Amino acid sequence: MIQVVCIKQVADTETRVKVGADGKSLDPAGVTWIMNPYDEFAVEQALRVKEKLGAGEVIVVSLGGAGVATTLRNALAMGADRAIHLKSEVVADSLQVARALASAVKATSPAIVWFGRQAMDDDAAQVGPMTAELLDLPCVTAIATFELTDQNVTVERDVEGGREVVEVGLPAVFTTDKGLNDPRYASLKGIMAAKKKPIDEQPAELGETGLTVLSLELPPARSAGRIVGQGVDAIPELIRVLHEEAKVL
Amino acid sequence: MSILVFIEQREGRIRSVSHEVLGEASRLKASLGGEVVAVLPCAVDPGAVSLGALGADRVEVVTHEAFGVYDAAGYTRAMVQAIEQVKPAVVLFPASSLGKDLAPRVAARLGVGLASDCTALEVAGGGLVAKRPVFAGKALQKVGFPKAPAIASLRPKVFAVGGAAGAGVVETVVASFDATAKRARVARMAAAAGGKLDLTESEIIVSGGRGMKGPEHFELIEGLAEALGATVGASRAVVDAGWRPHSEQVGQTGKTVSPKLYVAVGISGAIQHLAGMSSSRCIVAINKDPDAPIFKIADYGVVGDLFEVVPALTEAVRKLNAQQV
Repeated sequence: MIQVVCIKQVADTETRVKVGADGKSLDPAGVTWIMNPYDEFAVEQALRVKEKLGAGEVIVVSLGGAGVATTLRNALAMGADRAIHLKSEVVADSLQVARALASAVKATSPAIVWFGRQAMDDDAAQVGPMTAELLDLPCVTAIATFELTDQNVTVERDVEGGREVVEVGLPAVFTTDKGLNDPRYASLKGIMAAKKKPIDEQPAELGETGLTVLSLELPPARSAGRIVGQGVDAIPELIRVLHEEAKVL
Repeated sequence: MSILVFIEQREGRIRSVSHEVLGEASRLKASLGGEVVAVLPCAVDPGAVSLGALGADRVEVVTHEAFGVYDAAGYTRAMVQAIEQVKPAVVLFPASSLGKDLAPRVAARLGVGLASDCTALEVAGGGLVAKRPVFAGKALQKVGFPKAPAIASLRPKVFAVGGAAGAGVVETVVASFDATAKRARVARMAAAAGGKLDLTESEIIVSGGRGMKGPEHFELIEGLAEALGATVGASRAVVDAGWRPHSEQVGQTGKTVSPKLYVAVGISGAIQHLAGMSSSRCIVAINKDPDAPIFKIADYGVVGDLFEVVPALTEAVRKLNAQQV
């Protein structure tokens, strides 16, 4: 069984966002780049499926500039077999990324295509389901559990006030939520092995843009309020301000 | 130049987040003109006639027996067909679990862009401009749409319900799609719907962090939440420690929330947590460390031992509730 995991390199969660000189994008100076945390669950789940079946291939794909290779190496060190690097120096939008991924993924004829539920930078949560539509495959987003029996999959996903149990046959696309599994750390042996695994470079076929970014700005800074008091003695005053000033009680 | 709105229903009820989206559509109509057309996929009409007063000029009820639960392929098809027929300038979805799943499929089918989880929309130069938080709220992005229709999903609890009432003409069509084709199927709901309110749709949230010292002490958080009519949230540290489920995590890699009141208990305020909740209208922090970063963004702070402060606060809220009845 061939599984493809689509991963994205993003700025670390501890990043303090600064707006770049173009006024539209993140200033990359001083940013630590990591694999999108939601994508780690996708890589891990693909590896578990392969281990359970005892056979198959896990291919990781990422789109971006030269720096993306380090994130692909991380996934290879976790245990993926090979990588495809869709090279693009421009910042592509979700529709463009989905187009490029669909075309690259289709050529591998996968049984499962994995994504993280959303990238932690643009928070769009679009590329997974968009790619699925372009591939004409069924897709379940933000899965919290995964169970494979034969060619059928049962997953659960959190929705407002409940959890949906969804059944789907393969081939299919899944996007992974936090809590699905505990992603493994790459072992030293894995890191050494990753150095010899192939990364196939291909140009990204982006097509036209779906959105035009007009600006990126920081939200208005929130100023510190006041310390109402110390310990339980502060409670009457806290209740008063919440009731009378903020009018939230 | 119509505006088309997807209406979300679950178990025979139109979800309130759709009323919010309809409200925004009717406000956009003042600038864009045209009609507000609501499209409501369902198995049995949950009350389409009520949508006129909330802003819909026309309601297209698209029925199919498979639409008793969310059917991704069928809903996508129904929306694409409605859009091809109406040719709207703007298409709006709620950024709910369902809306986040559906909107990208529809956009991909039409080959147009989608602005997800928007917090403001405006019309500039005749076109739609969408404002959306990125990096879990650390920054705000404005996007435009090079090609029609402009598709956007709107964050719950941000847009007001109620605009100018529309004509509210209801039409019913039977959905046509191949229900036997390979597709994902919702077999059942594992937990009762309509039970716990989701964090993103809550007016009041009480969150606990590492200062709670252990999962067993979260009953203090639950007690305060119950007194306030609030939903329980958690910091990444306590979710990663397994004290609380991921569905309760607030912040980057969790949920971004903007409630009326956010009470942070024993949360120091890591940057990724602050990103997820700093758009709350009023923030209260309870922490024993007066230098905790959370106090830099809180409207009201109480410095003290949460194991004393929280029970006292819960008691005081209960008393206030009793007076207000």
